[in-house]
Amino acid sequence: MNEPKSHSVGKSAYAPAPGRRFEVGDRVRVKRRFPPGHRRTPTYIRGKVGEIERICGAFPNPEELAYGFDGEPKKVLYRVRFAQKEVWPRYTGPDRDLIEMEIYEHWLEPAMAGTSDEKK
Amino acid sequence: MTDHRTDYYAARKHAHDHGDHVHDPHAPLNEHDNGPPSEYEIMSRAMQEILEAKGLITADEIRRRMEQFEEDFPYRGSRVVARAWVDPAFRKRLLEDGRAACIEMGIDIEAERLIAVENTPEVHNMIVCTLCSCYPRALLGMPPTWYKSRNYRSRVVFEPRSVLKEFGTELPDNVTVRVHDSNADMRYVVIPMRPKGTEGWTEEQLAEILTRDTLVGVTVPRVR
Repeated sequence: MNEPKSHSVGKSAYAPAPGRRFEVGDRVRVKRRFPPGHRRTPTYIRGKVGEIERICGAFPNPEELAYGFDGEPKKVLYRVRFAQKEVWPRYTGPDRDLIEMEIYEHWLEPAMAGTSDEKK
Repeated sequence: MTDHRTDYYAARKHAHDHGDHVHDPHAPLNEHDNGPPSEYEIMSRAMQEILEAKGLITADEIRRRMEQFEEDFPYRGSRVVARAWVDPAFRKRLLEDGRAACIEMGIDIEAERLIAVENTPEVHNMIVCTLCSCYPRALLGMPPTWYKSRNYRSRVVFEPRSVLKEFGTELPDNVTVRVHDSNADMRYVVIPMRPKGTEGWTEEQLAEILTRDTLVGVTVPRVR
């Protein structure tokens, strides 16, 4: 079989988000912050370094929508791919295993090489 | 006896295997029937009554919606993925824009976006929502109890292979396990690999083996 690997970075026909900060393949760190309120960024992923897998588009900000506001201005949503070993240093599966999730742009910052919060 | 409310594996087994016992025909059909209605049930009921009184919705519309959730929505995902198995051009469109591909089949997924992820000999995909229980309801119906359980939601993200094994799915180490946390605005569906022995099958036959669990990625389709 000559199938393309589906875990290669995503092609997407979705409306690109103009004025976005990151591109597919960029290395990013999820901000390690713990503000109160309705957040869609799971605690376990904060501080972790991954790679932009695809750009989902711009969506109303769920952190505002949750409290009855209109969610404007919209925020750019990315899918970020992390190695399980990066997320869980004691992960027992193979190094190749992945976890991916959606992170809004304001939770991301560019990652420099070797700056992961977790000790390797 | 195992508590089916807290043990999703037992609940799952229970749902499929009634061989060793007989159900009490007078047992409550719904655990909520055991006590007074919860605050949320009362609020929901009050809201429905107000909307009906204002003429904005009818009781029949509510009933129809519940019927769709049970009789239509749970079979849509199987139909979409069966189409993807027989039609490579459709599969490509489904991978590129899941929502638009579903609309082609007359299915409104009622969510902003659908991302279809494809299993290959090298990659196995599985879906979870760690924050709540986001689920492609318009494609798969209501999420099963185990999908919403804290057990599943907390474990899939850090020991997916153990969870898969408990669902009877053992994967060799050379297959990448790719977990998708459905934590924000996207909804996900897995396109499993089409098993050998299904050559020449119709879409309807293929849809039969594309069970809910295969589309969430906790198991793979098998020719029975």
